[in-house]
Amino acid sequence: MNIQMSLFGGVLIGLAAAGMLFFHGKILGVSGIVGGLLNDRSRNMYWRLTFLLGLLLGALLLEPLGFSVMHETTGISLIYIGVGGFLVGLGAALGNGCTSGHGVCGISRLSPRSIIATVSFMITGFLSVTVLHTLLNGGQ
Amino acid sequence: MKEVLYILSPVMVGILFALGLGISGMTEPKNVIAFLDFLGAWKGDLMFVMGGAIATYMALYKLITQRVKRPLLEKEFSIPSNKKIDRRLIIGASLFGVGWGITGLCPGTGLVGLVTGNKMAVIFVLSMLLGMALGRSSFVSVAFKKVRR
Repeated sequence: MNIQMSLFGGVLIGLAAAGMLFFHGKILGVSGIVGGLLNDRSRNMYWRLTFLLGLLLGALLLEPLGFSVMHETTGISLIYIGVGGFLVGLGAALGNGCTSGHGVCGISRLSPRSIIATVSFMITGFLSVTVLHTLLNGGQ
Repeated sequence: MKEVLYILSPVMVGILFALGLGISGMTEPKNVIAFLDFLGAWKGDLMFVMGGAIATYMALYKLITQRVKRPLLEKEFSIPSNKKIDRRLIIGASLFGVGWGITGLCPGTGLVGLVTGNKMAVIFVLSMLLGMALGRSSFVSVAFKKVRR
């Protein structure tokens, strides 16, 4: 982990989002793309599905290229992962976005909703890490 | 040609996005948790990821929306115009943050993690889909309308 790789990875994320805007005029928000597949059977289904296909293809390239994906354990029990995943899905659906849609695309557009959303999830993210990982020692 | 591009461009975008997440270190939940751990062993890497992404997208967003009349493959841009800050947004984002902090995963990195077959990623994605289905159900929309005065 170093600053250059973090920055470079970030630039790639920004380029991907710009590509989605240039070709399809859409915001690259992963939760909206996945959520949209749950109940939107319009033509939008196709770009959403092919985006997810690309995401998985890109994911397959990471380890051969030497980038680690979920290798290090965080010491969190699977029950907590289930609860956390549920909250991520519920929260992104209610708040209309996640780290990509609000945190990257929305902040870049200076959208007031996205700025408020990002500040909110940073604060509660900090609180949940502090309580679970620091005080409860990983919930085990 | 346009039909081919219609299918292929999101694939390319998805690949680029996954590479960005992996190269930046965000596919290791430990790095995300370390960023949120202000009172513990704080590591600021995620700040540079967001900084790089925001600077890039901000510049290209301006360029594209000002210079191009419409996206290459669609009739118009679909950019959210909602400016209303309501309870639903704040409650939603706050719940999202709690889950993000517990797991160190967001929807993008959870999906990327699926290819490793890691149990953590599978459970995360399945429960995320459940949460999304509940959050998008009419049941929840009605509940939010009722409490609004």
